[in-house]
Amino acid sequence: MIEVTDLSKRYGDKLAVDHLSFRVPPGRVTGFLGPNGAGKSTTMRLVLGLDRADTGSATIGGRRYAGLPRPLCTVGALLEAKAMHPGRSAYQHLLFLAQSQGLPRRRVAEVLALVGLTEVARKRTGGYSLGMSQRVGVAAAMLGDPAVLLLDEPVNGLDPEGIQWVRNLMKQLAAEGRTVLVSSHLMSEMAVTADHLIVIGAGRLIADCGTQEFIERSSQRSVLVRSPDPARLASLITAAGGQVAGDGQDRALRVTGLAAPRIGELAAQAGLVLHELTPRLASLEEAFLERTAHSVQYQASAELEGAGR
Amino acid sequence: MTTITPARPASQPAGAVRFGRLLLAEWTKLRSVRSTVWSVIVFVVVTVGFTSLITGLIAANWSQASPSDRAATVADPVATILGTGLYFGQLVICALGVLTISAEYSTGTIRASLLAVPRRLPMLAAKGVVFALLVLIVGELAAFGSFFAGSAMLHAHAPVALSDPGVARAVLGAGLYLAVLGLFAMAIGALLRHTAAGISTAIGVVFVLPIIAGLLPGSWGQHIYNYLPSVAGAMLGQAQQGADQVLTPWQGFAVLCGWTALLLAAAFYLLRRRDA
Repeated sequence: MIEVTDLSKRYGDKLAVDHLSFRVPPGRVTGFLGPNGAGKSTTMRLVLGLDRADTGSATIGGRRYAGLPRPLCTVGALLEAKAMHPGRSAYQHLLFLAQSQGLPRRRVAEVLALVGLTEVARKRTGGYSLGMSQRVGVAAAMLGDPAVLLLDEPVNGLDPEGIQWVRNLMKQLAAEGRTVLVSSHLMSEMAVTADHLIVIGAGRLIADCGTQEFIERSSQRSVLVRSPDPARLASLITAAGGQVAGDGQDRALRVTGLAAPRIGELAAQAGLVLHELTPRLASLEEAFLERTAHSVQYQASAELEGAGR
Repeated sequence: MTTITPARPASQPAGAVRFGRLLLAEWTKLRSVRSTVWSVIVFVVVTVGFTSLITGLIAANWSQASPSDRAATVADPVATILGTGLYFGQLVICALGVLTISAEYSTGTIRASLLAVPRRLPMLAAKGVVFALLVLIVGELAAFGSFFAGSAMLHAHAPVALSDPGVARAVLGAGLYLAVLGLFAMAIGALLRHTAAGISTAIGVVFVLPIIAGLLPGSWGQHIYNYLPSVAGAMLGQAQQGADQVLTPWQGFAVLCGWTALLLAAAFYLLRRRDA
């Protein structure tokens, strides 16, 4: 269980995390979603004690990270990839981490096998691809067999096979009863991975609910209609009780409140030609944009991710 | 590949992360990068090589040297010997000292290190102990190598043996000086967290400040010069206090230890306070 309470962090005049509170229970994959610069990485760094919070607290199983006796055996974290000495081998990188926790050398070999890096483990990490570095990071996170995992954008740089592997790993870890918090700015990724979402924008909590619920609650279904006479079609739809978004540019209308078959019937009765009639399901992206659109700082804070390391 | 081994070690060591584990971890970090291995080799070669070269030149030009220079060498031959090659060798120790910690910041390893040791101070303490021990060992190696090479070169003009008063202490002291100087440089690296800035600063303090302070006139200037970290510390590599020095060898060494303690305290304080 991760518990974040009233957490805030300011870098200079940028408020990266703004009085954020949420809980991450065990046994499911919790997605931590937000655009770049929303404060996801900063929140994780605060939970892990790498940065000092200005207000609030973050605990893991009721204890602050800094108070954990052997932290890697309680919490596994994957922050940015490539956060290792390019001149050191993956084996030596994992070995010093294992030694610091009193874990046996055997455990290093085990996690290397788990991430499929046994063959190259003795090579210096400077020559690794981003995907291989990402795997070293996963191996480091798994080193202490932790009950809690924090993964910051773990699929970054992975090939399709690697992405599939990370997804399955996260689901399996959650199924084993572990607490899994995984951040991403890719809503499509979260839609297939996360059971539950914590959505933030501009450092503030936007939503904390099930992934399915988030999509359903946030978005209406719509229909895309193209016609050579959009003005006439729009008046027909409005008269039938539908709403027309879209200004008729490109002769396209986005219709809500009417189903696609009904729109087709209306057009047929009026003898109108249709070039396209496409029912559109709300994607997580749209749901997300809809929910964050009112967050005024959202656009302005896009540069924070870089500034906040 | 997707199997997760529930591999908790059979006997979970209980309790806090013990310091011994951190020493082991820091030793792994130190020995697993090439820069350490190369620096140590370069240090020993440069130190013993330059000592042989310079003491050889002193011996070859003995008749042309001024009477005061000759008198100084005869009075304390071990100070002359250890003042040659080690003067250059300490440059490598300074660079390595800065790198042991600054490279963690430049590569991002510091995040992994601090996640493993979130209380932070034991990590830097363990790093300091391991690094100082390594420098002590290679420093003694270089000091004894330099002494035997240099005393052989100067034998005809200024004979010196380990059994002479203060000589064994001076040779052992040179290694001790390097170990503390290494910690001094590591503290600078921890404070600045940047390799280039750290090495420039360490070299500035060790090489440039003494040159500037040496130009200062009068007793004031002499005192400032004698209390500079590297000048004071290097006095331990002399058999006796020099005529123009205001500190004894052990006093000088204590001054270097004081400077180092001060910088380490600041480094510990900031390590605790700053975002990593």
